[in-house]
Amino acid sequence: MATAEPSHGAREPDHARRFGAIWIVSSLIATPLVVLLVGPIMPPGGGSEQAQGHVTDNTVLIGMATPVLLLVLTYLIYAIVYFRQPKGAVLEGPAVSGNSRVQTSWIVITSVLVLTLAVYGTVRLTADGAGGGQGPSPAFTPSASGKKLPVQVIAQEWYFTYRYPTYGDIETPHLVLPVNQMIELHVTSLDIIHSFWAYQLGVKADANPNVDNIVFVKPTKVATFEVRCAELCGIWHGYMFDHGRVVRPAVFQAWIAEQRRRFASTHKYLPPFSTKYIPEPTRRGG
Amino acid sequence: MSVLAKKLLGIGIGVAIAAALIALYVAAWATSAPPTISAASGPTAAGVGSAQLTLQTVAAIGPDYSPAHPDWVSYLVREKGRWVHSTIYRVPAHSLVHITVLQYDGDSGLRNPFMAQVQGTTTGMMAVDGKSTDSINPEEASHTFAVPQLGIFVPLPGVPEEAPNQCEFAPCTLAQAHRTISFTIRTGAKGRFRWQCFVPCAAGWIDGNGGPMQTLGYMGGFLEVV
Repeated sequence: MATAEPSHGAREPDHARRFGAIWIVSSLIATPLVVLLVGPIMPPGGGSEQAQGHVTDNTVLIGMATPVLLLVLTYLIYAIVYFRQPKGAVLEGPAVSGNSRVQTSWIVITSVLVLTLAVYGTVRLTADGAGGGQGPSPAFTPSASGKKLPVQVIAQEWYFTYRYPTYGDIETPHLVLPVNQMIELHVTSLDIIHSFWAYQLGVKADANPNVDNIVFVKPTKVATFEVRCAELCGIWHGYMFDHGRVVRPAVFQAWIAEQRRRFASTHKYLPPFSTKYIPEPTRRGG
Repeated sequence: MSVLAKKLLGIGIGVAIAAALIALYVAAWATSAPPTISAASGPTAAGVGSAQLTLQTVAAIGPDYSPAHPDWVSYLVREKGRWVHSTIYRVPAHSLVHITVLQYDGDSGLRNPFMAQVQGTTTGMMAVDGKSTDSINPEEASHTFAVPQLGIFVPLPGVPEEAPNQCEFAPCTLAQAHRTISFTIRTGAKGRFRWQCFVPCAAGWIDGNGGPMQTLGYMGGFLEVV
């Protein structure tokens, strides 16, 4: 097969400088656009302070990822355009040797990016636990003053129920929360491992039997939200979902009163409120 | 044909047969589901239709209905005078569905006593052996008929341990010890809703929630509103 030597007649442009310029300019244009246009629609929305925090974190992540993505894409396109095989010729490319400056830059830049995000993520986790379960002794409690409303989430195969210890330990099949009130959720299970996930509120916490998993959330919008089990828990796992509501305080008080009336006949059978329950009965269970 | 060719042919045929058997098994498993049983049509009053669904709960389904799992707890449904092993029921939309459960199993107790209250029936009540009530003692629950998406929860009290003439295997007869629970639900728009038992009633399984509680056709199924 015939080969042709690369032509050295024309002066080779400074690819590094040209590529660098393209990347920097495209990053300077695209990154603010992505942050401003995509950031506000990042999940999970602004249903609570914690959810809004997630939106901020996702925006930071996408903002930092944009130049990296552009670096890869720009290099790919640049290589396709400028280093393509001339038509009708089969050329041997020049031997590739290491470029310590590029390698060092790559390692340093990616390390700085990753470590910065690690520090950022750790700091953000300390903000009220960022909507994640912290076990029975939360290290990162809400900084905001004011009384927290405790609400217990009880999971069992395959349904969630909720207890309100502040209101006579009432238990209901619905999760209704007052707006602008810091909620202290106590998540537990009566049988196996489930996971309580209130998506639009930015809350996710494992529901383990005999464990009190505490998570904080402050809803900031009157709205409905989706509750799902996020732990594969058996045949009806896919059906373990419900909708909760964030309502104004007066509506919440009226709802509580209605629930107390509605479930009065079963209230006498409920065990005293406890942060966790030992799964019983096990008469038939092995 | 050489010896090597014969060996290769034999291996090839063997592999093909094994693959076909595995494929058939997987296909049969993936497509197996209990039959869908329609509720019996009832009279229409004031423009609202009605239907009757008669169910039976048994401590053991027995070898006639389930040779693979004769000792599993299960529901059965009545269709044209015979008992059918199924948990997929078809009921009419925007109608009153009268449900009668003949309960032949003993009590296990509810894991969450909250489920002891009747919810989602037309009156918020049910009749147990002819007596109207809105709840039962959770310790006396044997099973529940619950359709969470529709807000329906009906606890089913068990047959007392000391009751004579208890039924061991399905189908059980009215002459044997049982409880009769009846209630009415009003269906809404069309849809497919899962229903399940909330009593951990699977004997011998961890937490009582394995086996029949995890298998379609025993202690859970679908309510098809059409």
